[in-house]
Amino acid sequence: MRFAVTKVCASGAKARAGLLQIGSSGVETPALLLSTRKGLPAFMSPDLLSSLPLPDSLLLNVCPTHFIEVPPSKTISNIGGLHRMLGLPDHILVAAAGESTECLPSSDATNKFGASFETPAGRKLVKPSDYMELISCLQPNLWASLADEVPAWVNEKRNKTSVERTLRWLDACIALDAASGRNSLGVVVGGSSIEQRKLCATEVSKRNVSGFWIGGFGLGESVEERCSLLNAVTDCLPLEKPRIVSRLGLPEEVLEGVASGIDLFDSTYIYQLTMGGFALIFPIDMVEREMQNGVFDSSAGDSAKINLRATTYRKDMSRIVDGCTCFTCQNHTRAYLNHLINVHEMLAQILLEIHNTHHYLRFFRSIREAIKAGEFDIFWKQFVENRRSQIAAAAIRE
Amino acid sequence: MLLTPEESINIQNNIGADIIMALDDVVKTTITGPRIEEAMYRTLRWIDRCIAAHKKPDVQNLFGIVQGGLDPVLRDICVRGLVERNLPGYAIGGLAGGEDKDSFWRVVAQCTAGLPEDKPRYVMGVGYPLDIVVCSALGADMYDCVYPTRTARFGSALVPEGVLKLKQNAMATDERPIDPSCPCMVCKNYTRAYLHCLVTKDPMGSQLLSYHNLSFMARLSRDLHMSILEGRFPEFVRGFLRVQFPKGDVPKWVHNAMEVAGIDISECCTPTNCQHDAMEAAGVDISEFCPPTRCP
Repeated sequence: MRFAVTKVCASGAKARAGLLQIGSSGVETPALLLSTRKGLPAFMSPDLLSSLPLPDSLLLNVCPTHFIEVPPSKTISNIGGLHRMLGLPDHILVAAAGESTECLPSSDATNKFGASFETPAGRKLVKPSDYMELISCLQPNLWASLADEVPAWVNEKRNKTSVERTLRWLDACIALDAASGRNSLGVVVGGSSIEQRKLCATEVSKRNVSGFWIGGFGLGESVEERCSLLNAVTDCLPLEKPRIVSRLGLPEEVLEGVASGIDLFDSTYIYQLTMGGFALIFPIDMVEREMQNGVFDSSAGDSAKINLRATTYRKDMSRIVDGCTCFTCQNHTRAYLNHLINVHEMLAQILLEIHNTHHYLRFFRSIREAIKAGEFDIFWKQFVENRRSQIAAAAIRE
Repeated sequence: MLLTPEESINIQNNIGADIIMALDDVVKTTITGPRIEEAMYRTLRWIDRCIAAHKKPDVQNLFGIVQGGLDPVLRDICVRGLVERNLPGYAIGGLAGGEDKDSFWRVVAQCTAGLPEDKPRYVMGVGYPLDIVVCSALGADMYDCVYPTRTARFGSALVPEGVLKLKQNAMATDERPIDPSCPCMVCKNYTRAYLHCLVTKDPMGSQLLSYHNLSFMARLSRDLHMSILEGRFPEFVRGFLRVQFPKGDVPKWVHNAMEVAGIDISECCTPTNCQHDAMEAAGVDISEFCPPTRCP
């Protein structure tokens, strides 16, 4: 795995563009990790996955705890690891233990022996040794160490313990790793304490890791404190290694993360939108923004997304987004998706996941272009202002 | 909602399908009594109303549907009535609803014998691969069924031997594909072990299994078609039955149907089956010696 920062924003901003190279695949950052269930997207089958923009769509997040019961480790090894088992030999698979839909960290059941997760097979305690056994037979391209992620409301003592455990488990995982941590991502926690965050980040930086996985966000901290916490962490991390943050998925959160120096984002935003029947429509660049201004009816969604379940779309023969090149927009109308959602056809989620993924990958692409053109600050400002004015206009209409 | 023939045809005209179906009065084959006769005559009255209401006969093909339950007399009246109307194609309806197989094949055979040779015969709601092979042998051309995708959603994959239940614990360590001879995307990329952890739990499991099952059905159709074109259909049927029934326990109804279809399948059956028949012909009751499932 090789990572290099290719462009840093001037004027003191920390946003950066980079290139992540694994095997023969190279992906530009900032980038999005697509979320999966048992290694494959929730709804897009492998033949549809390959129709998404490349190489952006090569990055997948895989949760090892999805495989905690079946198949047995030996079978996974015999098959040849994750890439063979999933039929995705060219993809870049990044493994991390907890995620927001199926394997939620349950911090009150976590103890000194291992981290506890709520999985579809019940509550499981995962020790570093269990975790590394899974990692060694799955063979992902990159893996995050086992961590004790706690929500923002725990007391100081619990928070401190989580940092100590996370560091201890990081060392345990590296010790159990045949490659001594060469593909590891050290997890940084610390909750809502700036002090603990800095401490953890500094300590993790000392270990032999290839990058950093910043966890513990999206678990109850306020939007205001998140910004300072995130910056406190990235200030303590070396510049030349990639930083991934999990559970920050909203467009504004992504932009904030990029501004703090984050390179990769792992979130289930697309999945949650899709499950709710939402389609992303927010304008990606200036041209689209001008087109959208004033043309929007806010009765079924907002300027970022529309809820295709709403009756207002029953006879809407337009595309989700005019000019979008995804399969869904090239072939189907809002009315059809409205119908599918309302008759509970799985095709609705498949078509939505395709569009939402496509749209969001385009968003990341435009972020990268803005950084490379030295205009990220302007891009961020305009995006947020446009969003605010849309919300204000909607409020006035009501 | 009470759907009239006119409404049904009107909606189908709007949808614009290439083949549209008449509105028929369908009754369960498991019932008896005058309701079946009523349904058959109603179906014949309604076909005229469908024909009258059809606004696009030049681009949409209206198929009539033969009803009449399991009664050969009623079926005959219905077949004649529909053939008189000179429709682009004919469906054999009212079957695939829980009737015993021996009655099922006889109705199909009667209908295919009475319907025109140069127009498609569509057996609605069929079905299992075995049923499709038998009906094809009897002269049917088209089928529709939810079976491949529904059984996929419940974790069953279609294989030449029958059905592979991927939910079974044994599948958790099975590193083979569903079917080593299948060229589909799923069999080329995935093991039974991985599919085992997906099926019935994740939508992706339903999708991958549906994909394979539909590929299986498409291949079955193509194999049937090619074997007929190449003049080796009986051979294909024998091969199919041998793989599905390796112990030679081909069900009696298949025997009977194949006899009428003119296909010799005696080499696919074990002698024990014939002993049953011999005893039956001689009037000797040997049912107390047989486990219930074995007796035809």
